Amino acid sequence: MSYIQNTDADRKEMRERIGISSFDEILEPIPERLRCAGALRLDEPLAEAGVAALFGELAGKNRPASRAASFLGGGIYDRHIPALVRYVTSRSEFYTSYTPYQAEVSQGTLQAIYEYQSLICRVTGMDVSNASMYDGATALAEAALMANAIAKGGKVLVPRALSPAYRAVLDCYTAARGIALEEIPYAKNGTLDLDRLSSALKEKTAAVILAQPNYFGLVEPSHELAALVHGAGSLLVACVDPVSCALLAPPGEYGADIAVGEGQSLGLPQSYGGPLLGFMAVKTEHVRRMPGRLISGTTDLDGKRGYVMTLQTREQHIRREKATSNICSNEALCALSAAVYLTALGEQGFREVAAQSYAKSHALYSMLAATKGCALPFGAGFFQEFVLQLPTDAAGFLKDAASKGVLGGIPLGAAFPELGRGALLVAVTEKRTKEEIELYRDLVAGKGAGR
Amino acid sequence: MNPEECKFTKEHEWIYIEDGDTVLMGISDYAAGELGDIVYIELPEVGQKVTQMDPIGTIEAVKTVADLYSPVSGEVIEVNEKAVAKPEIVNKSPYDQGWFIKIRMDDPGDLEVLFSYDEYRDFLGEQHTGKEDEAEDR
Amino acid sequence: MTATVFEKSKPGRRGYRIPEADCAKGKIDLAGLRSAPPGLPEMGEQDIVRHYVELAAKNYHVDKGIYPLGSCTMKYNPLVNEEVARLEGFTGLHPAQNEADCQGALELMWRLERALAEITGMEAFTLQPAAGAHGELTGIMIARAYFLDRGEKRRIVLIPDSAHGTNPASVAICGFTPKTIQSNERGLIDPALLNREMTAETACLMLTLPNTLGLFEREIAEIVRIAHAKGALVYMDGANMNALLGIVRPGDIGIDIMHINLHKTFSTPHGGGGPGSGPVGVAKHLVDFLPVPRVTERKGAFALSTDGPKSIGRVHPYHGNFNVFVKAYAFIRSLGGPGLREVSENAILNANYLMARLKNSYDLKYPGPCMHEFVLSARNLKKYGIRATDVVKRLLDYGIHAPTVYFPLIVEEALMIEPVETESKETIDRFAEVMEKIAGEAETNPAMLHEAPVTTPVRRLDEAVAARCPDLCCPGDLE
Repeated sequence: MSYIQNTDADRKEMRERIGISSFDEILEPIPERLRCAGALRLDEPLAEAGVAALFGELAGKNRPASRAASFLGGGIYDRHIPALVRYVTSRSEFYTSYTPYQAEVSQGTLQAIYEYQSLICRVTGMDVSNASMYDGATALAEAALMANAIAKGGKVLVPRALSPAYRAVLDCYTAARGIALEEIPYAKNGTLDLDRLSSALKEKTAAVILAQPNYFGLVEPSHELAALVHGAGSLLVACVDPVSCALLAPPGEYGADIAVGEGQSLGLPQSYGGPLLGFMAVKTEHVRRMPGRLISGTTDLDGKRGYVMTLQTREQHIRREKATSNICSNEALCALSAAVYLTALGEQGFREVAAQSYAKSHALYSMLAATKGCALPFGAGFFQEFVLQLPTDAAGFLKDAASKGVLGGIPLGAAFPELGRGALLVAVTEKRTKEEIELYRDLVAGKGAGR
Repeated sequence: MNPEECKFTKEHEWIYIEDGDTVLMGISDYAAGELGDIVYIELPEVGQKVTQMDPIGTIEAVKTVADLYSPVSGEVIEVNEKAVAKPEIVNKSPYDQGWFIKIRMDDPGDLEVLFSYDEYRDFLGEQHTGKEDEAEDR
Repeated sequence: MTATVFEKSKPGRRGYRIPEADCAKGKIDLAGLRSAPPGLPEMGEQDIVRHYVELAAKNYHVDKGIYPLGSCTMKYNPLVNEEVARLEGFTGLHPAQNEADCQGALELMWRLERALAEITGMEAFTLQPAAGAHGELTGIMIARAYFLDRGEKRRIVLIPDSAHGTNPASVAICGFTPKTIQSNERGLIDPALLNREMTAETACLMLTLPNTLGLFEREIAEIVRIAHAKGALVYMDGANMNALLGIVRPGDIGIDIMHINLHKTFSTPHGGGGPGSGPVGVAKHLVDFLPVPRVTERKGAFALSTDGPKSIGRVHPYHGNFNVFVKAYAFIRSLGGPGLREVSENAILNANYLMARLKNSYDLKYPGPCMHEFVLSARNLKKYGIRATDVVKRLLDYGIHAPTVYFPLIVEEALMIEPVETESKETIDRFAEVMEKIAGEAETNPAMLHEAPVTTPVRRLDEAVAARCPDLCCPGDLE
């Protein structure tokens, strides 16, 4: 299948107008010896039906979590997604448009992103949100770079109980930039060790990263932590699950300087982990140090309300090597998904998602607490996921569970060997049913009984 | 200030000698015009030491940003907070209400390398700058 | 004007309900609860649909008409790509699922990587970068790791003055110092100048091919030789790869690192600014530095390997923008090798044809055949008080999207035009006619151009006010 519309006759007319007799004359600037000798060795082209068949076959080789009873989380969650989200994001006015450089003919995208920014501010309690980052992990890495720049240098303290994937991205960015990271362990109860944090803060520290909830799903004492960090003159970067903000004090309430996180939960499919939606929101005083695009309301020549990209002097296309970041393309369509999602759910619905996730995860937790042969090391102070320790290697349990259509969690043994080979991170979203939760309990009980 | 009584840098800053060793500084009408609508200025703080022709701040228009250079060495003794709060006055009144900072000069000898008004005008004859910049995505 | 969702909100309305809880909902027994609700809008589904349909009508988009933004490659986004990308077998995968559950996804990634390697002549690719600029950053991180591994302290990256702003910005994040090299009078890199600038301190030459003027670097072989002779790497920004498919393979001409924009060359939609995807390809000597995990294949079974002691690590928490890969790979499979070459040939022909039509109405600073795009200058209209902005705002009144303006920086009043291969001759002719007409209007009715646009949902907007007093968040007390 080709999407080219010009015919041979068209091409002939065009060559005549250019004043050439053969196409190769235009390639004159490319030395012959540098040109491809033959055709690219790729598979034979397929008609539309062939593409549909091939991709159907490839998709068929996957067993998507969305069709299972998935207890997988760790940053990406299986949630209900309103039909509205796909409807809006499938409209070609949104998905086939470009970055809104010509504001007069991009008011749809611009207003939608302005509303997205406003919605993120409300969820996080922060002053200013940008138009999006790639994903939660790179948003966190950019926040670390930004905080280091605001503080004019200094190390960044990072909790051990942070997603290993986020940590890896953070390591990669800070190493390139030459910023020192120092890991703060978790205490016996799984939350940040505040004593260790206090002593680390005695040295010049640009920023402290708070993961809320942390990777083990536990809720950190955000207010206390914020006071400690600000008391030491450092910046607080909060990496938050946006859904948790429906219940928990959002970063704005405890005075975080920068809030970042992953917005996949806000209406995006899991999509094997991409595309995602990084969000970043800051206190007003830091807006000029912020990476990424910003949309502002303004007026047109006739005094009519409209929207434009603003504070562009922060960005690479103007400030080049002195820009706050190199980010250019972001995740606009994913931000649109989040805006539609939050609008569709609304005040009540959004809280309901968080409350049900809390209730269901705690229901499973309570069942497991009463089940022999497994341990729950960190208590019930979690939002929607928790650490479960099995007496045997988690791999065996996960295999058995999968055969019953249950994805039993993310094994933690490799990244957190201190938790043992039987440790799992178990997430329970609003989408899990009573039957699925009970089945999970039964699977653990069966395994625990040493079947 | 009468621009004809000012001295200029090749980066388009002007200074006006208030008395003895204190000078006012701002940017020329040409610079303000080239930048277009000035939307933000970042100035040094009172008490800060500055060195001749070192960058000491930035001036931003909608799609341009320019560094601000200190015409002389010395100490900042006053900042025009009105210009910081309402940068559009720099466009409206670059030599008067739109001044930036007051500096106590270390060495009046610094003045020798600056342009007189006439010299600056000759220098402008050779100037040409682009101003906007929009680009595609990566 | 469309009111915001906050203004349309009415307490008690719901746009979506999740199923009722089938378990007891107790009290939230956690410390540090939210003190006040966030204040999200409350609307019914129908009015939300209408809200977005109203907004949608205010957008220009590829399905509406030609989108000649230079260097953005706004080609048609095939429908079958969208259709297959929506298969639940792709959208429903969790990144932590085991490899056995994701064989189709891993196979697709592996095949896409191999296809990109064949198309570019690079040895291997990573698909992790989520956008072109992210790819640049990844590539420069690879260069950094390479020199660290060799124990060489090189801190300079040479970048032509025609480069996109992301290039120096990406370089700066990695602690390198970007140094600009001036283009010559033909808009190209001057090998003699490059030779003088290239020292033992140079880590990298970062160039765009064809460059942002739409010109192929005739001396590319010599340019690469000069860099390699001094031990430097050559990074190619592949944003303009739409000109080279089946014509030149960067790997064959000695490029060490490059990125590709799947959301340009490989037809995946831009989504109003993303998600994109910026895979990075490297030559053999740099494969060990690629991000992990990497997809491996053994006897038809696919796996993820995190084995990479020299790897820069991860630039994405998972595998990159997977859903974009599906669309890009569908495009490659639809076209095949000869089809991809036709893409570039037609993109180049369209650009040269349009340039031939417009070069008398506007200035052409660098004459000669262009590749997939070209840059005109509106400076010939300055005498009527007309600037590039006025020209493109008037285009909007004719219902046509603007080209890229004021870039590259080395062309005064630049109009950077990329007609892409999928536009028909009739569409290009219509664009040319309107551009010619506007050049005439600049002379006869400049006031009309200054006023333009007048037919769009809003007219020119006050960007100065937005920058002085940004209004970035809808106030909280509206509803």
